Amino acid sequence: MPFNVLVLTCLAYVAFLFLVAFVVERRASRGEMRFLRSPLVYTLSLSIYCTAWTFYGAVGSAARTGLEFLTIYLGPTLVFVGWWWVLRKLLRIGRRQRVTSIADLISSRYGKSNLLGVIVTVIAVVAATPYIALQLQSVTLSFSVFAQSSPATWAMPDRDATAIWVAAGLALFTILFGTRNLDAKEQHHGIVMAIAVEAVVKLVALLAVGIFVVWGLGGGPVAMISRIETYADPNWAIQPGRWGGLIFLSAAAVITLPRMFQVLVVENVEEGHLARASWAFPTYLFLISLFILPIAMIGLERMPAGSNPDMMVLTLPLHEGQGGLALLAFLGGFSSATSMVIVETIALATMVSNHILMPAWLWLRPQAAHSGDLRGAILLARRFSIIGVLALGLEYFRLSGGSAALAAIGQIAFAGMAQVLPALLGGIFWRGGTKLGASLGLSIGFATWGFTLFLPSFGAGAAISADVLQHGLFDLSWLRPQALFGTEGMDPLNHAIFWSLALNIAGYAAGSLLSFPDPVERIQGAAFVNAFDDELQAERLGWTHGQAEPEALMNMAQRILGDEAAISFFEAEARAQGKAGFLPDLTPRFLAGLERHLAGSVGAATAHAMISQLFGRATVTVEDLMAVANETAQIMEYSARLEEQQGELSRTARQLREVNEKLTQLSVQKDAFLSQISHELRTPMTSIRAFSEILAEGDLPGPRVAEYGQIIHAEAKRLTRLLDDLLDLSVLENGAVQLDLGLAHLGQMIDRALASASQTRPERNFDIQRDYTSEEIFLRTDADRLVQVFINLISNARKYCDAVDPVLRIAVRQKGGRVVVDFIDNGGGIAKEARGLIFEKFSRLTDAARAGGAGLGLAICREIMANLGGTVTYLPGQSGAAFRVSVPLRMEKPL
Amino acid sequence: MRRPRAPLFLARAVYRQRRLRDAARLLPLVGFFLLMLPLMWSDTAGAGHTAVYVFGVWALLIGLAAYVAPGLAQPEADTPPEDV
Repeated sequence: MPFNVLVLTCLAYVAFLFLVAFVVERRASRGEMRFLRSPLVYTLSLSIYCTAWTFYGAVGSAARTGLEFLTIYLGPTLVFVGWWWVLRKLLRIGRRQRVTSIADLISSRYGKSNLLGVIVTVIAVVAATPYIALQLQSVTLSFSVFAQSSPATWAMPDRDATAIWVAAGLALFTILFGTRNLDAKEQHHGIVMAIAVEAVVKLVALLAVGIFVVWGLGGGPVAMISRIETYADPNWAIQPGRWGGLIFLSAAAVITLPRMFQVLVVENVEEGHLARASWAFPTYLFLISLFILPIAMIGLERMPAGSNPDMMVLTLPLHEGQGGLALLAFLGGFSSATSMVIVETIALATMVSNHILMPAWLWLRPQAAHSGDLRGAILLARRFSIIGVLALGLEYFRLSGGSAALAAIGQIAFAGMAQVLPALLGGIFWRGGTKLGASLGLSIGFATWGFTLFLPSFGAGAAISADVLQHGLFDLSWLRPQALFGTEGMDPLNHAIFWSLALNIAGYAAGSLLSFPDPVERIQGAAFVNAFDDELQAERLGWTHGQAEPEALMNMAQRILGDEAAISFFEAEARAQGKAGFLPDLTPRFLAGLERHLAGSVGAATAHAMISQLFGRATVTVEDLMAVANETAQIMEYSARLEEQQGELSRTARQLREVNEKLTQLSVQKDAFLSQISHELRTPMTSIRAFSEILAEGDLPGPRVAEYGQIIHAEAKRLTRLLDDLLDLSVLENGAVQLDLGLAHLGQMIDRALASASQTRPERNFDIQRDYTSEEIFLRTDADRLVQVFINLISNARKYCDAVDPVLRIAVRQKGGRVVVDFIDNGGGIAKEARGLIFEKFSRLTDAARAGGAGLGLAICREIMANLGGTVTYLPGQSGAAFRVSVPLRMEKPL
Repeated sequence: MRRPRAPLFLARAVYRQRRLRDAARLLPLVGFFLLMLPLMWSDTAGAGHTAVYVFGVWALLIGLAAYVAPGLAQPEADTPPEDV
């Protein structure tokens, strides 16, 4: 078959894949996802597990070691059949915590530690680079197979050039469809669909070749089995150690490989699909493996000795003259290689950009986290990571020369990623696992893997000198890379798996047992281990798994700010956006505002992290979350808030007690006053009645009549005055008083008041001290009312001052826009406990000091002052009783 | 919160579902056991028979998983987590 036809077919196939991805992306963006959401597509996308290593390498492996290749597919079968154990939980956690990669999962579980994210990322990149190189190698090899077999119409481009072209094409595809947009869930529908298509192609191709081999060349299944049965090759005997070890290894790999995690957890659209995949994916593996052994068998029989068994899927049909079948096989191999590279690259690029590039960038430019659009930066980092990962693979391919058998490289990569297993399983089943334990286990396991398997795989003398290989590190015989601690009898792969995982688990366990997790770790640990306990999730981490919905934000805000505050804040924001109701749109402005609001309650770092979590900017929160770690500060803040609240409560309680006391006293006062007032009313009434009865008898001499009439008149006046006071007070209290505002001279008002008050106890000779110059003030107020207050205060002093030589000092000061007049006498003052009551109605001090008043004077004063816009208060700490009257200089008319 | 005592016919359905989960948990262990058996066979057993056996076990596992899966995929809304 001409080589140019092959190249054209290949290009057409690639164009078709682009088209599929493009159409699906278009439909997904329009929300038409019905087909995408089928369990079939999910299962097919899982077939990313079967790479070129499967497509080409399995036959090579079968030709060399018989049934051993099956282990690579039996392990995943056991894991999927037992999905209820691990996968179900992994999927639930992944969806709940919005995990973006396996590194993110580990980092998130152990207190959102970026260090762990970096470790896992490094392991993944180191382990995957040879694997990617392997895919490039298989594509180049398959090209060269065709180039050799076809007449040289087209010169086969050189090996490196082919690899570069393939890598560039893959980079283009991955960037186009892998970084189109920054989805919060890291899902790439176009790529998933393209991979599902490729899965069908590779299965069909392998089945077609297998059917041709079994029925076309082998004479049917029964004959085939007997042929295999009689084939005598000592290498084909099952080695117990490797059989068990490889089943375990592949089981571990299917969980931990970055690309498997990507399609299994990250790209999953519905948890229910896993149930279907639990048997459908093993079926796919079953079908893929079914014809591997027959192809290898016939290949060994028919192909010339020395031909590469890794390429038999391709060379056997070519050898038999089936050009079309070979082309199909080529497309199958091409599909397996490209789909693996695409998904692996996306998974690795996500990890590299999220755990290494972005944190570094945010560290270099901290202000970027708070301003500007991070999405562009993230996409750029993603694209650079994709190119970087592919370039690494390409470079490895060019350096290694693509000589090693395909299967060996795959196993090394599996063993490398399996180092994540202890931290992963421990993380989802054991709450005691800690950050320190995980980092310790991962580092030790990674180092051991590198020393015992990865570095020696370059060959003696390449990365590890032959001397070290032979005699051990530092000439210590128990540090030989392939016989650690003297374990010599083991197969090198088994040896490496055994020691790396044993030391890894030991490190993980010891580190976890001896260290103490910080609060974030413990919360995350509980959330992961109890992933199915919904109530616990809701209670502990309500905000971490919410959708970016205003309601969820409001819910959180309510818990932090309190119901009223949160609701009114949201309502105000919604109104500012021109929306009715309580839920505003999630604009950056609103979020920033909310964050600031929350920061006041829980601290800036936490608020930022919480909003980022809810808003789904999970990709940039790694850095932010690191700041949260110190929860101690929060606890302290919380207790401070509690203390403050307690203080407030006790203040309120004290105020309530005071008010209560006052009320009780008032009630007593009121009772006393009622009896007093009835007495006051009764006394004049009694004399009025008595004298009027006498008058009514009518036989009194004239002077007596006049005298009695005088008495009756005086008593009636007293009654009237009492009633006037009560009326006055009620008018003042209702604020219905008519004020007669005008300019009045303060000194003259005091003169008037003194003159009027001198009627009270005129026998007492008061020494009045005044400063006339300070009284030169004109006030705009109701002069008569103010004079009434002055009279009241002065006569009170005249009545109650108990000094032998009474002195009344009247001090006037101007303070701001107010005038303050103090009336201070030199008497005993008013007892402390009585001060709170003197301005109340009906209040009187001791009965002994009664002077005919009804206890309304000061109450009236207070009401007058309130109406004049001023105050009258008792001034404590003076030589005697002291009252301060404060009035505004210019009283404005009340509206 | 405890659910009120359910009628017997409902309890039986829940009970069945729980046993189904137990079966699902057992399945990989059974598979592992069956897959380890060839290691103990004598070397005279050729690759052909071993292959037929392994593929047979494989098909059995797939069949059992397919039988169990629909029952497990039921919504777990009305079953409290993992007691009994």
